[in-house]
Order: sequence, then C-alpha cells, then structure tokens
Amino acid sequence: MKDQGKYQPLTYFQLMETSLRELLVEKGLVTDEQVNAEVAAMRARQPERGARVVAKAWADEAFRQRLLKNGTAACEELGLEIPGLRLVAVENTPQVHNAIVCTLCSCYPRVLLGIPPDWYKSRNYRSRMVREPRAVLAEFGLRIPESVQIRVHDSTADMRYIVLPMRPQGTEGWDEARLAAIVTRDAMIGVAVPKVG
Amino acid sequence: MKPQFATDYPAVSTRFKVGQRVRVRKTAPLGHIRTPFYIRGHVGEIERLCGSFPNPEELAQMRDGLPAQPLYRVRFKQKEVWPDYRGADSDVVEIEIFQHWLERA
Repeated sequence: MKDQGKYQPLTYFQLMETSLRELLVEKGLVTDEQVNAEVAAMRARQPERGARVVAKAWADEAFRQRLLKNGTAACEELGLEIPGLRLVAVENTPQVHNAIVCTLCSCYPRVLLGIPPDWYKSRNYRSRMVREPRAVLAEFGLRIPESVQIRVHDSTADMRYIVLPMRPQGTEGWDEARLAAIVTRDAMIGVAVPKVG
Repeated sequence: MKPQFATDYPAVSTRFKVGQRVRVRKTAPLGHIRTPFYIRGHVGEIERLCGSFPNPEELAQMRDGLPAQPLYRVRFKQKEVWPDYRGADSDVVEIEIFQHWLERA
C-alpha cells in the first residue's frame, strides 16, 4: 500500500520522548546534534560485534577462559568499546543450554548485539521464558533434549549477558571471520544454535 | 570472596558465600525494585558474587545508593519455583539479587 503520509497523533511515549528531548535541548544540556549522533551510533551497532567475540573464543582457548572470567575485559582486549557494561558470558556445553531474558524490563547487551528484537521486549517472551523455557525455545524451532539442563538467566540488575554457543562440527580449520559469520544474534541470546551451511 | 567485577564504591560487607542456600525476602515495598515478584520467598543457591553496586531502590529516589550493596547471582531449581514446571529436574533459573533481599535459608 502506498504511504499516503497520513497524520497519526503521537502516542503517549512518543509525546513524552519529544517533550523531554526538547526540554533538554532548550536547557542546553544536550544538543540536537548529540542526540542524532547517539541515535546513529546505536543503529550502527550490530550483532556482528558479539559474533566477533564468540568466534575469537572458539578459535582461542586462552581468550575463551578470559571471556568467561571477565567478559568486559575480554571485549576491551578486542578493541570493542563497551562503556559501563559488565558482561557475563555463559557457555553452552553438551550438558547445559543457556538463554537470556529480562523479566523486569528489557535489559540487553546493546553494545554487543545492537538494538534488541521486538520479541525480546514483548511480555510474552519475558514472562514465558522463565516459566516454560522449553516451550518458548520450541517455538523458535529449538528442541532441547531433557538430558540437557536449561539455564535461564534473568538479567535483573547490573550484569548483561551473552551466550557463548557451542562451536558446531564441520568448522574445523575455519578462521575467525568465517566462524563469526555463522554466529547469529539469536544464538547469542540462546534461542537458537549456530549451524553450518 | 573475590567479586567478578571489582568496584570502588564504599560497600556493605558480603554476608554470603558461593554455594550457600539463601531465601529471597517475601516482601513488597513500594518503589523501584529489581527483585522479580516471582522469585520472592523462594530458596536458591549463591552462584557467584558479581560485585557491589549502588542500591537501585535508592537511585530511583535520586539518592546516591551508597553504601553499595553486594550483588549476587542466585540459582533456583525451576521445579521449586514453579510446582507444575514442565522440563528437566535439573533446569534452573539464575537471577541477580542484591544482598539486602537475601536471608539465610
């Protein structure tokens, strides 16, 4: 359908955002340029940043250990700027599958994965992921056998999480760039696993 | 006990160790709370000490949140949280909870 540019009244939150932004600009606390630059920077962050971290951990055992010990320091090592972010990497193994949710709001490792998908912020995902994670994962097409423990991480306070998926078979000898290409956003949230081909 | 992330805030001393059983206080104060309702009153096990961070309940009131409160990750068995939970007995949910919300179990 052709966009007729029909007038839509602002929603409650749009009005609040516009009012607050205009007040901050009027009071000289921020400039329009700074707001625009921050929005552009936010949009420019993509899950490829997180994928680089995962690929490095797959390729470099010492880095993997440092990542699990202190995710923030490990990202800084790669030159990824993650101001104020305390990153906890949780590792999938043949015995454990990890998944991330924020039941209180929608905390998400934005500096590594970019803007969260809408479903991550939905009440459906946020309430059901802690209540019936196996059913939710199945809806994403991921069936986890009963012999595997599911660990759901509710991101309630100052930590942010990234799932370190298992490196799939058939990737032996791949370099980091090739490995990073199969690491999806959903695999780093824990609602998917990386696949070859 | 060494936290995963060291911070410089003046902080309350830590009361719990990794592996210790703790109960989440079952209370419902007003204001901005980072402890989910569904976990209040439940017993879990300290998984790690994250570090000490300003109390978000104080920050929400425009105060400094100091002294900082130790923040733990606590591991709960899903079958104990949800009696009708469908899944493996070993399934868990892990939640960040501030020390002032925890008591010995």
